[in-house]
Parts: sequence; C-alpha cells; structure tokens
Amino acid sequence: MKHGLDFTNGAELLALCKEHEMTISEAMFSREVSKFGADHEEVWANMEKALDVMRESVRDSQKGDLKLLGGYISGESKKLLRRIERKGALGGMISRASAYAMGVLELNASMGRIVAAPTAGSSGVLPGVLVAIDEEFEFDDESLVRALFNAGAIGYIISRNATLAGAEGGCQAEVGAASAMAASMVCELLGGSPEMCLAAAGDAISNILGLVCDPVGGLVEYPCQKRNAMGVANAIISAEIALATGGQRLVPFDEVIAAMYNVGRSIPYQLRETALGGLAAAPSVKNIKPGCATCGGCK
Amino acid sequence: MKELSVFDIIGPIMIGPSSSHTAGALKIARVAKMLAATKIVKVHFKLFGSFARTYRGHGTDRALLAGILGFDTGDYRVRDSFELATEAGIEYTFEEMDGETDYHPNTVVITITEANGDICTLRGASIGGGEIEIHELNGCNVTFSGKNNAVLIRSKDRPGVIAPIINLLAKHKINIINLNAYCEERGLTGFTVVEFDGVLSPEVVKEISNQPDVYSATFLKVK
Repeated sequence: MKHGLDFTNGAELLALCKEHEMTISEAMFSREVSKFGADHEEVWANMEKALDVMRESVRDSQKGDLKLLGGYISGESKKLLRRIERKGALGGMISRASAYAMGVLELNASMGRIVAAPTAGSSGVLPGVLVAIDEEFEFDDESLVRALFNAGAIGYIISRNATLAGAEGGCQAEVGAASAMAASMVCELLGGSPEMCLAAAGDAISNILGLVCDPVGGLVEYPCQKRNAMGVANAIISAEIALATGGQRLVPFDEVIAAMYNVGRSIPYQLRETALGGLAAAPSVKNIKPGCATCGGCK
Repeated sequence: MKELSVFDIIGPIMIGPSSSHTAGALKIARVAKMLAATKIVKVHFKLFGSFARTYRGHGTDRALLAGILGFDTGDYRVRDSFELATEAGIEYTFEEMDGETDYHPNTVVITITEANGDICTLRGASIGGGEIEIHELNGCNVTFSGKNNAVLIRSKDRPGVIAPIINLLAKHKINIINLNAYCEERGLTGFTVVEFDGVLSPEVVKEISNQPDVYSATFLKVK
C-alpha cells in the first residue's frame, strides 16, 4: 500500500482513490499509517477492537433489563425487535438495525460500554447497521473492519470541514454524521464505488439537514435513542439510492458538508445541546428532573 | 491544527452516557490524581454549570471518582467507583455550585487531601468529545490539554530558572511539545508546565527538582 497519502475533503479523497485505484477504506487506512507513523498491525488491531466492542454493545443491550440513569427511555429496542415476528411495516434488516441502534443507546444510558462513533449520543448507528447487515449478508470480519475505516474517512472529513458536536452543529452533526458514515460504509460493503459512497453520505446528511439537538433533561436518552433508529434507516436508504443511481449528485458531498456547517452555525443556542428549547422545553417534560422516572429515592 | 486520527472519529471506547460529561470528567480527575505525591484520603468536587445541573444523570460523579482511582474511560469499574473509592479509603464529597461564573460550562474544581496532610487543587473543563483543558493548578492559572505527558515545576520567579531544566530535558532526549511559564507571585514563585513526548524516569524528575531555586517537580503521566 502507498504511503504519504492524505486528503482534507471529499474531492481530494476521490482523486486519491482514482489515482491509486483504491477504495475509501484503503485510503483511510493508509492515511492513518503514514500520518501517525503507526504500525500496520496495530492500526488494524485497534479497529478490530472497536468492532468487537460494537458487537458486544449490541449483544449486551439485548440482555436482561438495563437500569437507565435518566429513565426517559427503557426497553423500546426489544419491543421493536419483537415486531419482526408479526411482520411489521419495516423490512427485517432495517427493523433489526434500528432496534440494535436503540439498544446501544439504552446500554449507553445505563453506563454500559460503547464506542463513541462519532459521539456517544450517536453511538447506536454504526453498530446497529454493521451487526444487522452482517446477519443478512454474512461478511467476513476483515470486510467489517475495512467498513469501519470507510466510515471513519467520512467522519474525519466532516470533523475537519464542519463539526461533529451537537453543541456546535445540532443533531445533524451527531446522528447526521453517523448516518452519513454508515451510508458510505454500507455502500462500500455492497460493492459501491468511492463516488457512490460519497453520494450516499451526502444524501444522508442532506436528509437530516437542520436537525436540532434538544435532549430532554440534558441527558443522552430522549429523543436521541429514536433518532439513532432514524439515522440507521436513513443510512440504508441513502446507500441503496446511491447503489441504484450511481455517484452523481446535484450538490456534491463537500458542498453538503459546507451547507451543514452553515446551517449548524445558524441554529439558535437553545437548540444546540443546552436543553433549553425544542422537545426539552415541551410542557410535559420541562419540569421532570432526570432520574425521577426510575430512581424513586425521594418516595 | 491538530491532525485527526481515525480513532478520534471511531472512538473512544467508553462507559456511557456522554463523552463530555462522563469520559471527559474522568480524564480531568485522572490528571488531578497525579498531583498527589502520597496516598489520597479525601477528595472534594465542586461542580459548575452543566456539570452541576446534570451530573447525576450523566454519571459524572462516578466518572470523576473513577479518574481519581486511575481508571480508563472504557473500564467497567467506572460504574462501581463509589464503592471502590470507599474500599480504597478515599472519602468523597460533591458540591453543586450555583450562579454565574466565567468558567467554561462543564467545569469541575477538584480538591485532594493527601495522607501527609498536603492539599492540591485543580480546575478543569470538559470541552466536548471527551477533550479536556486544565485551567488552574494549586491556585495558579494555567492552560494545557492533559493530552501529553507533562512536568509541573514550581520554582523561584527569577530570570534563568528554566534554562537548566530545558538543557536537562535535551540531555535526556525529551522532545518538548509546549512550554508555558506562569507566575504565582511576581518575584517570588513561578510555575512552569512543560508538555513533551516520552516518559520521565523518577531519577530525571529528581534531577529537575534539585536544580537551583526549584521547589518541586511533578510528573504527569497521561499516556
């Protein structure tokens, strides 16, 4: 693999992939090795570890009843999974992927172990999609580790040119970014070109453009958990559209990211993780103290 | 600009629920722990801003104690840190601070009492995504990321105190990333924070503290 490769945006990434006839995951892996002088095996092993923890987080979220810190959510993941047997309106894979993503958010809220990907608040999207697509298509582990490098490339470009923080850019920067990362990852796993990956990522962000961050009680529970499920479905839809229609888009990926950043900066302060606006300020919830739903300590 | 690694995006591996309120809080306390030269017997946390309002729901309290115990962000023992701190003979208290301050919204002031009676304090902020900044050490205003290994040097505030220390680090092939000098009391006490690549042996730390007009040297090993 070539060394000394770097890119700062989508256009440069595509040029690099074309010049060296490589996939996005290969480009990101070589960047990591050349940029940080890191050992090939070590970089690969670190990503294998992230994949392991993601799988473990999906598995652990489906065991027993979790005791959640805030108590605004609980057990929705398992209920959604049970719908599959009753043939709900979602297809099997999207159903499972969404349920897994919600489960990881439940685990996160119970002080379980997760991979922030890119953040804790959006940590359900990648594991949800990965575990479900693996169940459907039975990939080898090497493909799944590669997929995470692909997702990492998209997240890196968004972080470098915009933001991954809800406090800066709203939920579009967290679940939106996670969804774009997952869309690109699915695209590569299913044989899509680098152009298709970026088109899928761009569409995923476009679909969530402007989404605010308004956590009830200031906690990473509600509406974060269900937005992770939405992020999963959005990722899979965006990947399928790109695979079906090719890599061209009216607005290129880099311009979508620039738009996302500008939109984020114009979101009022009350709607950027401060819990002062949006759902967090709704009459039914604004006076509930976090933990009151489950703790019962004052009774 | 700091170069981003793929593991800044896919990571860290952490105990939830929040990178800023859980993982970041733990990292601040882990730096504070290293200020103590002897066993920690008591620790007091003053919570400001969003930390004060939402610390229970984010497990910030458990994460802070876990940092004092030296745990990693992904360590399952974070959840049991109250019990583990008590077992380790550490007394702990949390105080919610009201009202406006100039501090960053996610700020904690940590006061540690050591077995020998010494007291050290640190003020740190969790600035997002698990990244932190240290803003005050033992009453002296500073700014560093807690990301690199560092040595904190307390000395007399006079010209030329730092020069032999830099020579000493050069002699041991320590590559300095950042050096900041602060004065606690002009002409009396100076405070220098040197961040670097690599690790200092206890002998080198001792050598630094034996330099003329150096009162103390503390090695903060964060990686």
